[in-house]
Amino acid sequence: MNNWDDLYLEVILDHNKNPRNNHELENHTHHAEGHNPLCGDRISMNILMDEGVVKDISFKGSGCAISTASASILTETIKNKNQDEIRNLFKDFHNLVTNGKEIEHDLGKLKIFEGVKKYPARVKCATLSWHALMAALEGEKETTTE
Amino acid sequence: MLFEDIKDNFPILDQQINGEKIVYLDNAATTQKPKNVINSLINYYSKNNSNIHRGVHTLSQKATEDYEESRKTIANFIGASSSKEIIFVRGATEAINLIANSYVKPLLKKDDEIIISQMEHHANIVPWQMICEEKKAKLKIIPINKNGELNLKKFNEIINKKTKFISINHVSNSLGTINPIKEIIKTAHQNKIKIMIDGAQAIQHLEINMNEIDADFYCFSGHKMYAPTGIGILYGKKEILEQMGPYQGGGDMIKSVTFEKTIYNDIPNRFEAGTPNIAGAIALGKAIEYLNEIGISNIAKHESHLLNYATSKLNKINKIKIIGKAKEKAAVISFVIDGIHPHDIGTIMDSHGIAIRTGHHCTQPIMDFYNIPATARASFAIYNTTKDIDKLIEAIKKCIEVFK
Repeated sequence: MNNWDDLYLEVILDHNKNPRNNHELENHTHHAEGHNPLCGDRISMNILMDEGVVKDISFKGSGCAISTASASILTETIKNKNQDEIRNLFKDFHNLVTNGKEIEHDLGKLKIFEGVKKYPARVKCATLSWHALMAALEGEKETTTE
Repeated sequence: MLFEDIKDNFPILDQQINGEKIVYLDNAATTQKPKNVINSLINYYSKNNSNIHRGVHTLSQKATEDYEESRKTIANFIGASSSKEIIFVRGATEAINLIANSYVKPLLKKDDEIIISQMEHHANIVPWQMICEEKKAKLKIIPINKNGELNLKKFNEIINKKTKFISINHVSNSLGTINPIKEIIKTAHQNKIKIMIDGAQAIQHLEINMNEIDADFYCFSGHKMYAPTGIGILYGKKEILEQMGPYQGGGDMIKSVTFEKTIYNDIPNRFEAGTPNIAGAIALGKAIEYLNEIGISNIAKHESHLLNYATSKLNKINKIKIIGKAKEKAAVISFVIDGIHPHDIGTIMDSHGIAIRTGHHCTQPIMDFYNIPATARASFAIYNTTKDIDKLIEAIKKCIEVFK
């Protein structure tokens, strides 16, 4: 048992090593860059929306294990969801990684990031891709976690 | 004094972090404070707190005396010719801004040039960019080689008649490189150019004498040399400081004020507008007394041993690459581990009670040069031991194991 076991779970390490949907998306309709000036992490999100629903999504960029795994799992989670569902999910996810309270919906696989709340310095790593996603959906081109 | 026992002088080091005895290796960011510095703050606020200068009451005289005594201690420590050459500021950042605005900006005309280097901390980049933008002047950069050393040949090439000022760090905070400042200062003076040295990462590691190095300006921060935050020193040659206009207006920096005309005070008070950080200034003097007791040359030897020990241990780990391999280095090691982001390294070190810094260390141009987003950095101080480094190495090995 190590102190970090609650943060670096096997699933997170796996998504860091083999990130899913980690490629360009040429026919995307929405795009935004996320930047964490604290650690220099950059993640770009590409989304293909069709009739208000996410049909496809991908990400590119470099970051720490937490931000890479978070982006990877995010892309798996939000496919076929509409903007309202995504907004609710982000709200719950944000609560999960900051205080663990007021989570209203089933977070599914995202629950593995629960350990982040014990590491306040790493909250921005977990939420970087989400901020970029929200910026993309809301038509902004760039966002930072600062 | 045995370096093994020095930890006992630092109360903060007697604690556990995440269930492990703390190993503090983030000294280039800030050092911990010895008991005599902490006691000096307690003593000042419980016995002598009062505003300095012009007070006729006992407390004010006592505070003034201690404040000015500290200035003398600092002047002696760095081999200044007079304590008038010692200006109390908030830190190295404020010192650089002061010189940029009060000395360099008035000299600067369109197309003039200021030289800095590729390995500067943002604090020695941005103030110059700001005045260059305002005056339409240019910032010229001395490049570094892949070992993290200044390219002095290029320096000789870019220095020219348009060069109005040079500002270079003595020791790089992210590479640990000790720059050959004597040579650089000599070149500057041969070209009749004034030069500032940012000594924020040097003063706590090396023996430095202003008369010997002949810098026109030198600056450092107290908190990186075992004193509190919010206090630092700008050294300037007396004859240059005397010609300079003030930096900020306010109390204490004037001789007389009428609505028609204000006469500025003599140096160093001319540059110390407003009530200064009195307790911090006094405590900085105490930190220097502490360093003098151990002896800066002993400290340099001890830290150089730690640096060599850590470097050889890190070099034995396959996946590690040390960033900054200058021949002359202070006790700072930046490194990256193949396939592991520095932030993850930092979190895993912390879970072992080991404090290191991860990120760009306010030196983004260096990160760009090496094409990396960040590094992990271990930096050593007097209270560190080879045992601390063994713990670091052990934790790094575990970290590599987790991410394999």
